[in-house]
Amino acid sequence: MKMTGGQIICESLVREGVEVIFGILGGAILPLYDTLPQYPQLRHVLVRHEQCAAHAADGYARATGKVGVCFATSGPGATNLVTGIANAHLDSSPIVAITGQVARPFIGKDAFQEVDITGITLPITKHNYLVLDAGSLARTVKEAFYLARTGRPGPVLIDVPRDVFIEEAEFHYPAKVELPGYKPTLQGHPAQIKKAAKLINEARQPIIIAGRGVIISGAYAELRQLAEKAQIPVVTTLLGIGCFPESHILSFGMLGMHGMAYANMAVNAADVIIAIGMRFDDRATGKVSGFAPDARIIHIDIDPSEIGKNVRVDVPIVGDVRIVLKELNKLITPAQHVDWFRQLDDWRKEHPTMTIRDNDGLLPQFVVRKIYEVTRGEATIVTGVGQNQMWAAQHYWYDKPNSLISSGGLGTMGFGLPASIGVKIGRPDNTVWCIDGDGSFQMTLHELATITQEKLAVKIAILDNGYLGMVRQWQELFYGKRYVATPLSGPDYVKLADAYNIPALRVKHREEVVPALEQAMAEPGPFLIDFVVEPEENVYPMVPPGASLTEVIEEPRPEAKALSDSAVLPISNI
Amino acid sequence: MAMTKHTLVALVEDKPGVLNRIASLFRRRGFNIESIAVGHSETPHLSRMTIVVDGTTTSVEQVRKQLDKVIDVVRVSEISGDDMVNRELALIKVKATSTTRSEIMQIVDIFRANIVDVAADSVTVEVTGDEDKIDSLFNLLRGFGVKELARTGRIAMTRGSSNPLQVEREPAKPRRKRQKNVD
Repeated sequence: MKMTGGQIICESLVREGVEVIFGILGGAILPLYDTLPQYPQLRHVLVRHEQCAAHAADGYARATGKVGVCFATSGPGATNLVTGIANAHLDSSPIVAITGQVARPFIGKDAFQEVDITGITLPITKHNYLVLDAGSLARTVKEAFYLARTGRPGPVLIDVPRDVFIEEAEFHYPAKVELPGYKPTLQGHPAQIKKAAKLINEARQPIIIAGRGVIISGAYAELRQLAEKAQIPVVTTLLGIGCFPESHILSFGMLGMHGMAYANMAVNAADVIIAIGMRFDDRATGKVSGFAPDARIIHIDIDPSEIGKNVRVDVPIVGDVRIVLKELNKLITPAQHVDWFRQLDDWRKEHPTMTIRDNDGLLPQFVVRKIYEVTRGEATIVTGVGQNQMWAAQHYWYDKPNSLISSGGLGTMGFGLPASIGVKIGRPDNTVWCIDGDGSFQMTLHELATITQEKLAVKIAILDNGYLGMVRQWQELFYGKRYVATPLSGPDYVKLADAYNIPALRVKHREEVVPALEQAMAEPGPFLIDFVVEPEENVYPMVPPGASLTEVIEEPRPEAKALSDSAVLPISNI
Repeated sequence: MAMTKHTLVALVEDKPGVLNRIASLFRRRGFNIESIAVGHSETPHLSRMTIVVDGTTTSVEQVRKQLDKVIDVVRVSEISGDDMVNRELALIKVKATSTTRSEIMQIVDIFRANIVDVAADSVTVEVTGDEDKIDSLFNLLRGFGVKELARTGRIAMTRGSSNPLQVEREPAKPRRKRQKNVD
């Protein structure tokens, strides 16, 4: 039957199981929006900046495993999406962005609100399309969703000229996609898996480094089986947090620039490294030439171009993590590595990271610890970028799968608030806490309006230190304490929240923290807490840029002692 | 010199913007590309690209894998080595006076090249061969004064009857167990 381009798109989105769209409309995409009321299954969430539409779609995708969808108009609407798309690209998040474009006769003529968004997003999308006839729309949407969610997920952009939304065409939703240039490998090569199993079975000091690929693949049970069967310790990357319960006896924390010192030492001393769904990013490896010098590396990843890109790999296995691990586990012999564990435990005791020192002022680490206790570790945490992100990763223990959502690859300040909108809509029954910094928060705080309009019970904790914290830390440690452009003023966040009709509190003292958190949790709707924290607190441990993982700088203050009376710590992370 | 050059051939979909995608990829990944030549292939709707990479400064394996990732690229294969035929075409416009013209023609003859244009003070030479042959001819002609040079870049093909870029257009019978796409 004949339908308009706008109807074809909406019908195709429904066929793909889309339930939520984040966006802002404009002239070029207005005909598509005009069609939306005919499809009540599609809920539209109006945001306040298109970047936040992309971040919300990203957060929604990470929280639900579905493809996130965002709309924007041509010109500035489309360019505003760019940061959000790049963020999804680097973290392999499946989103489909549909942008309006000027009508076909105007393309290439510098028309009003015209921009070559397909050209601009070439390097930051998995693929993109400019659709020049309504008859191709259905096939394009189907392909876009298929590309976004299969293989290594990523963002796909569809640019549609205004007159294509209005043009009519026969609607036929294809049964299959025809993509001769795209055939992701899912099964690992059996010979490679055998080689890997042999290495693992003969290893004396094996370690698993697990990344976001485990979460994307849903390989929680398979990873756990591998670790438990062969008694192999598990460290994760930042984005791998939530792939393995951190309270598990085999969990050894996060590695990398701000990872636990004992995790970095373990990786450095390993003789076999099993890298699963991670890409040896420079934040995780430190100086590559000094990374795990004595280890044989097994690398399991669905993207063949990641294998051997940064680090020399001994046993590459291209495939879907869950499918590969299933086969690998069959070949693993049960083992124990008593001496290795004794060494790791010694290191963990000698380099405790999770102690929070006694301090008069309010410490940000303390705030995160209390959020963990009050939520009993069951919330979904969405972070900003910088010090707030690192403390949230370190001082909250993530036992539930996929419970930390954070911008890793691009490190986008301002990700926290809009992403938590998407996460909350995707997980309405879950408690969602946005742990943000005052710098990151100010980049996208206008989305408080979206939270109010959509009535979303997002809880917001601002670790407010009046600085661009992470940069200030670098200036302190490496730039002779010259704080150039890092002292940062902000609004009265409590008054600001009130202006958006959101209840809020300011907390300045330790004893106020838990009551404030409990009040926030009791509130049925959104709540914001401005935690005024110690202004010049640093994130430790730290591997300086360009140094290898063993050159960790640990907490320099010797009087750091555990707040053992109030902190409820899971066994393995003391 | 030729030892560090690697030749990749790729079959790409004949869609608008594909060349741009690939050029964009090389630029952003910092790959050192010596030449790219593109044209129709034996399969309708697919173009064939021949890419020469400087192997000393760029990881050829990464180039191949990143190219493979591009959705519009259907097949990529590295065909460096002795089992390949590679050719290039060049047009060289050389200054020629009545005294030098016959010497130029002799050199052109020796290289089995052709003169495709004659003017009062120049001739245009067309030569086909591998890069070394074209480099040699060019170096010899430089002595006379070269006004213009246009080279196509290498195209290459493996010897023998196999085609590393074999592509079936009809959906192929599954050679091994059908992989369910992880949705």
